[in-house]
Amino acid sequence: MQIEGKIAFVTGASRGIGRAIALTLAEAGADVVVNYAGNAAAAEEVAAEIRKMGRRALILQGDVSQTEAAASMLDAVVAEFGRCDILVNNAGITRDGLLMRMKEEDWDAVLDTNLKGVFNCTKAALKYMMKQRSGKIVNIASVVGIMGNAGQANYAAAKAGCIGFTKSAAKEVASRGITVNAVAPGLIATDMTSVLPEKVIEEMASGIPLKRAGQPVDVAKAVLFLVSDDAAYITGQTLNVDGGMVM
Amino acid sequence: MTTFEKVRDITVEQLSVDADEVKMESTFIDDLGADSLDIVELIMAFEEEFNVEIPDEIAEKIRTVKDAVDLLDKEK
Repeated sequence: MQIEGKIAFVTGASRGIGRAIALTLAEAGADVVVNYAGNAAAAEEVAAEIRKMGRRALILQGDVSQTEAAASMLDAVVAEFGRCDILVNNAGITRDGLLMRMKEEDWDAVLDTNLKGVFNCTKAALKYMMKQRSGKIVNIASVVGIMGNAGQANYAAAKAGCIGFTKSAAKEVASRGITVNAVAPGLIATDMTSVLPEKVIEEMASGIPLKRAGQPVDVAKAVLFLVSDDAAYITGQTLNVDGGMVM
Repeated sequence: MTTFEKVRDITVEQLSVDADEVKMESTFIDDLGADSLDIVELIMAFEEEFNVEIPDEIAEKIRTVKDAVDLLDKEK
């Protein structure tokens, strides 16, 4: 499953699942553009690891929820590498809280980054992929977008929206040799889930057929498959990486 | 280069048709084989080449090469 010489743009790539995706794609031969919003040091570290593998890395700071920022980042990718073969929309945030107490700004912030960010980056990347007549886009959704989760109405809505977006985009651009798929992680051990109390994690894990949380690399391997030519005939799908949590 | 020549060249590149197939009266969809996505890409290429913005409600009315040439001449 090699993607030798491909140019990949991964949003939210400084930490967690995004970091694992960036490193996994580099390991498989891609040059990787590492986007981050706030943590410059972590992004530098990811880029350094990519360069250690002999691949090229470019770091782009930018908030994907800002339409102009997303467009100029994709322009920068193409200015640097001449093309963009792979887009992984991974950047995401949480602002958990029960619906009755959820503030409008918590709703907006999550929808802006997790859903509008996907729209912004996909649209900007398609400008180039349409001309190339090729491209692979993977959106990182969540099992929560499929099954819902108390305390995550905003996050679940954004992730469900992301799945619907994936299907529509897949239909629109299939004739141009571009595939669009989603990966829906379940419980994955990252900074985002480390804020949960241990008891909650244990309870969640006990309901998973594989009885444990997954690792970021588990998600990254699924992304690698979907952006490789082995998955050339797969588009508009959502691949769950969740230890069997949702079937 | 005339507006027609520019429109023709963009159309040739976008739709992979021969230059002599592109006539003023040619329709993008029926004569030149464009699909709806091609039309969007053509409009975007026209916007870039002529440095204009074509609103959707006007873009929707472009059927023939002449429609595009007339519109772009007017916008210039």
